[in-house]
Amino acid sequence: MSKVLFVEPEKCTGCRSCELICSFTHAGEFNPLRSRISVITFEKSGFSFPAVCQQCSVAACMEVCPVKAISVDPATGAKIVNHAVCLRCKMCTIACPFGATFFDEEHDLILKCDLCGGDPECVKQCHGGAISYREAKTANYYKRRETAAKFRDVMEEGR
Amino acid sequence: MFAWMGKILRVNLSEGTAVSEPLNKEYAEKYIGARGLGTKYFVEEVDPGVDPLSPDNKIIFMTGPLTGTFAGSAGRYNVVTKGPLNGTIAASNSGGTFGPELKYAGWDGIIFEGRSPSPVYLSIYNDQVELKPADDLWGQDVFAATDALKAADEEAKVACIGPAGENLVKYACIMNEYHRAAGRSGVGAVMGSKNLKAIVVRGTGGIVVEDPQAFLEAAKDARKKLREHPVSGSGLAAYGTNVLVNILNEHGGLPVRNFSEAAVFPNAEKISGEYQAEHYLVRNKGCFGCTIGCGRVTDIPKGPFKSAGEGPEYEATWTFGANLEIDDFEAICKANFLCNELGLDPITFGGTVSCATEMVDKGIIPRSVADLRWGDGATLVELVTKTAYREGFGDELAEGSYRLAEKYGYPEYSMTVKKQELPAYDPRGQQGIGLNYATSNRGGCHVRGYMTSPEVLGIPEKVDPDATEGKPALLKLFQDLTALVDSAGLCLFVTFGIGLPEISAQMRSATGLDLTDDEFLLAGERVWNMERIFNFKAGFSKADDTLPPRLLNEPMKDGPHKGRVVQLDVMLPEYYKLRGWDEEGVPTPEKLTALGLD
Repeated sequence: MSKVLFVEPEKCTGCRSCELICSFTHAGEFNPLRSRISVITFEKSGFSFPAVCQQCSVAACMEVCPVKAISVDPATGAKIVNHAVCLRCKMCTIACPFGATFFDEEHDLILKCDLCGGDPECVKQCHGGAISYREAKTANYYKRRETAAKFRDVMEEGR
Repeated sequence: MFAWMGKILRVNLSEGTAVSEPLNKEYAEKYIGARGLGTKYFVEEVDPGVDPLSPDNKIIFMTGPLTGTFAGSAGRYNVVTKGPLNGTIAASNSGGTFGPELKYAGWDGIIFEGRSPSPVYLSIYNDQVELKPADDLWGQDVFAATDALKAADEEAKVACIGPAGENLVKYACIMNEYHRAAGRSGVGAVMGSKNLKAIVVRGTGGIVVEDPQAFLEAAKDARKKLREHPVSGSGLAAYGTNVLVNILNEHGGLPVRNFSEAAVFPNAEKISGEYQAEHYLVRNKGCFGCTIGCGRVTDIPKGPFKSAGEGPEYEATWTFGANLEIDDFEAICKANFLCNELGLDPITFGGTVSCATEMVDKGIIPRSVADLRWGDGATLVELVTKTAYREGFGDELAEGSYRLAEKYGYPEYSMTVKKQELPAYDPRGQQGIGLNYATSNRGGCHVRGYMTSPEVLGIPEKVDPDATEGKPALLKLFQDLTALVDSAGLCLFVTFGIGLPEISAQMRSATGLDLTDDEFLLAGERVWNMERIFNFKAGFSKADDTLPPRLLNEPMKDGPHKGRVVQLDVMLPEYYKLRGWDEEGVPTPEKLTALGLD
């Protein structure tokens, strides 16, 4: 069974603690641009969305890579970049529909989420509970229960 | 340098120049950052007698060493200048992401000098810095100006003034990211006086700390404690700062009718954080790197006060609510959002309207001049715009309550200390906050020594709010610690969940400063005394360490603190003594030596 990073934007306060811990864990500094996760905020309306690699099963980044520099971590299912092989051609950054695979120009590296080897740091620092690491099979199940609860409320009100 | 970026940007608006200079390392080590470091630069460079709205005044934006790092709630920057509302040293603090972004661009701070001949804004992209014309932006409100300045890059962060700052309203604020404010002391009017509309910043760099592993552990420890504490982890997260409405009301400390009635508002429930959450809350919002997330996104979907935005937070809710006897939360929201949009400080604005309303009530200001009544939300909302644009009676309100009350011959109805309006805690129900108001270096202010913490909330432990014993010592500790917190770049709210050891541990590992906990606290005390000395050189004296006569002479009419006045005369001499000041409130030579201020 594989797990996924599960994002619930409605719980995100836009604090970007996930970016800080991610850039620190992977790059040793506090730099949102080197974080593999980015909180996109619409400042005026106050809506925030943590954008991160979804580790697609059919991964465009992987398929488009001319030198097979991106492979699947068998333990987590994460798509991992092998920097020794990577050409920095950036085709993967174009192919990714979410912009979650990107180029760090200063350090000449392709960056993307590696799920921290199965223990994602961002999850542990998300105090609002907007990012969790869940079994892929059941991650969304709670939404069915929420929908059911709404339905129940409507039906019971009507009585 | 670690944690600090090591660079200051000096912008001369008269000459149109912007140059980089190395951060003064000695200043940074002694005065830390943000409030302390900004003030050190300021007092070294500016004559205390300067007219706040003249080109000779400077305005400094400064971050702290922890700003933008993983330290718990480290998203702050300070704006330091001489404030036009009252002429004290002003250090106005704001959150959001503007401060961190400035550091990612490579700068610890910006010093603005002079006055531009025409409206400009400062554009920063890392080390590419440029003053650009702002003629088209001048006159636009905060939201419109921010929209325009972000059009080229959505990720850029904008700090700007609104019409209130342009029109030199004495308590205009600086807004960043639409909704966050460097709110007090009129720092926005100083920007306006310099023809400086905005700063737009985008940074792509990072911050490196001295001992990464030790820092990570210290920051994680701080964050864990903040998340687990009932106030910073639950209360503020669940209801925002408006959680205080019911708490202060039950305490009998929620001021009503310009502090003229018992500090109990019968309709408090209707303006509470609980009520806000149930009826109007869209979502919670956090500043950069904050575990607390006290911000509220609020929506009034329909009706005469249809509006949306962030807030209102507790002080605004109180001053537009209980203080004016308005129990319509929708009117309070609308007035608050307008203050954000037009760029003025709700605390001073509300305090000025309540002072004016009392004078109208007493027949001092004729109703033909201003037809003000308690509980009139619609008029309040109209007055925000009139004040920001200085139209009609709004022109008088724009000067603050002290000048207004003085003009009509009754300065005693201005509920101010050193001409700055008091916030949402009646000090007759909290002796310690009374002493804090009287001694605050920027006048009426709760965030210089938040004695509500021990006196009402019981943090770190409950003390008797009516007692005077022990208050001077406790207040000194709170003021010094707060100066350290503000200088580090942390949010004051961290003090609910963590204390000096946790703050020092983060500071030490981030900066490499080899100081003990007590030496860090001493840095806070140094900042406090530096501010005090500036104020005295600017003409303040012991006589200004006082409260409006009402709070000293008129006993609380009812509630849990019935019959109380603030016993300032009991506490003040002891406070001076503990501070190492003489009987006139002046730091002694020995004290200055001990603090390294001689």
